[in-house]
Amino acid sequence: MTKATIDKKMLYTYLDEINDPEVPALSIIDLGIVRDIVMHGDEIEVIITPTYTGCPAMDMITMHIRLMLATLGFKKQKITTVLSPAWTTDWMTEEGKRKLKDYGIAPPNPVQHVCHTELFAADEAVQCPHCNSYHTHRISEFGSTACKALYQCDDCKEPFDYFKCH
Amino acid sequence: MKKDLLINYILHLGDNALILGQRNSEWCGHGPILEQDIAITNISLDLVGQARNFFQYAALLKADGSTEDSIASLRTEREFKNCLLVEQPNGDWGQTILRQFLFSNYQYLLYQQLQAKEDKQLAAIAEKSLKEVTYHLRWSSEWVIRLGNGTEESHQRMLKAVDELWRYTGELFVPADYEKVAGIDVVVLQEPWTNKVKEIFDEAALSYSEKTFMQEGGKQGRHTEHLGYILTELQYMQRAYPGCEW
Repeated sequence: MTKATIDKKMLYTYLDEINDPEVPALSIIDLGIVRDIVMHGDEIEVIITPTYTGCPAMDMITMHIRLMLATLGFKKQKITTVLSPAWTTDWMTEEGKRKLKDYGIAPPNPVQHVCHTELFAADEAVQCPHCNSYHTHRISEFGSTACKALYQCDDCKEPFDYFKCH
Repeated sequence: MKKDLLINYILHLGDNALILGQRNSEWCGHGPILEQDIAITNISLDLVGQARNFFQYAALLKADGSTEDSIASLRTEREFKNCLLVEQPNGDWGQTILRQFLFSNYQYLLYQQLQAKEDKQLAAIAEKSLKEVTYHLRWSSEWVIRLGNGTEESHQRMLKAVDELWRYTGELFVPADYEKVAGIDVVVLQEPWTNKVKEIFDEAALSYSEKTFMQEGGKQGRHTEHLGYILTELQYMQRAYPGCEW
């Protein structure tokens, strides 16, 4: 395989092998971080967007993309970070949501519930990724990483992470 | 000249985020309960992330070899343009919560204005950050109410926090020359900001004195004594090991 024979679709397949270091069940494609790949002559540009502003995984993800491109033979590479339009959990692929659930993390609900300033709102109804019950409650709005909240299932009693809407 | 003022404006935005982020991070491992320890440090992370975006942009415009790291770590107190509010000590949990509420309320309104401005990069940073600031505002509003309207002890502590911090809120709405150049009007933010404070304070059984003498100077680099101590800790690595990278 040489870089001359790699097309954009194949590049996506390669980038799909790079996982989010903090949620290793998901690739950067699943997350919707890679916005575009552009060739400028012999230079390759990968356009990415951060999930959360302060997400410490982004530096590592950038490094992994560079390594992957170098392995494929791209010497001239450029990683561009764009902030607008801002990343949203709506960009997570269906495949990504399924992988998250299998991994034990509740995927983001399809409808935004949380991006408002209304106070003391009722907890979002989140399905337990273990026993599928909706009988769950929020323990903490912030979890082990910026993108997750902590929930507990009232039926199977298991605590679990919820990848919150953003 | 105009470019210099724009750079100063970006530094002002970044410094606000960096210094408050650094202050909040002092709670790491010391929060009153685990969930809130995690909350305040997550807010820290968001703020430091915002600061990075602003400093990267400032470094690009300066084009003199500056980097986000040199901007954060190699400037002195007088070069920092953050408002006085964010550098105030954490005090007790109530004071930290109140500082966060007063500032998030401001940042929420400011970024809404900023995301519609001509400067595409500033607009993008504001748009991106606004999602997180919404969380910060909601979380801190709820805690101001819980503590203000909680026990006699928590109520007294919140009154003390208001007394301590209110004098640093006037500066937020006094425009600096660089804000005018960026097309930002902070004066118009005061009314919606005050309305929000009143709404939350009403529920929290708190009040403030209209007659408070307002301190200012942070935007021009004249700081309270606290900033020097913050920078001593924040900049230690770059000062001790010049050029070190993570």
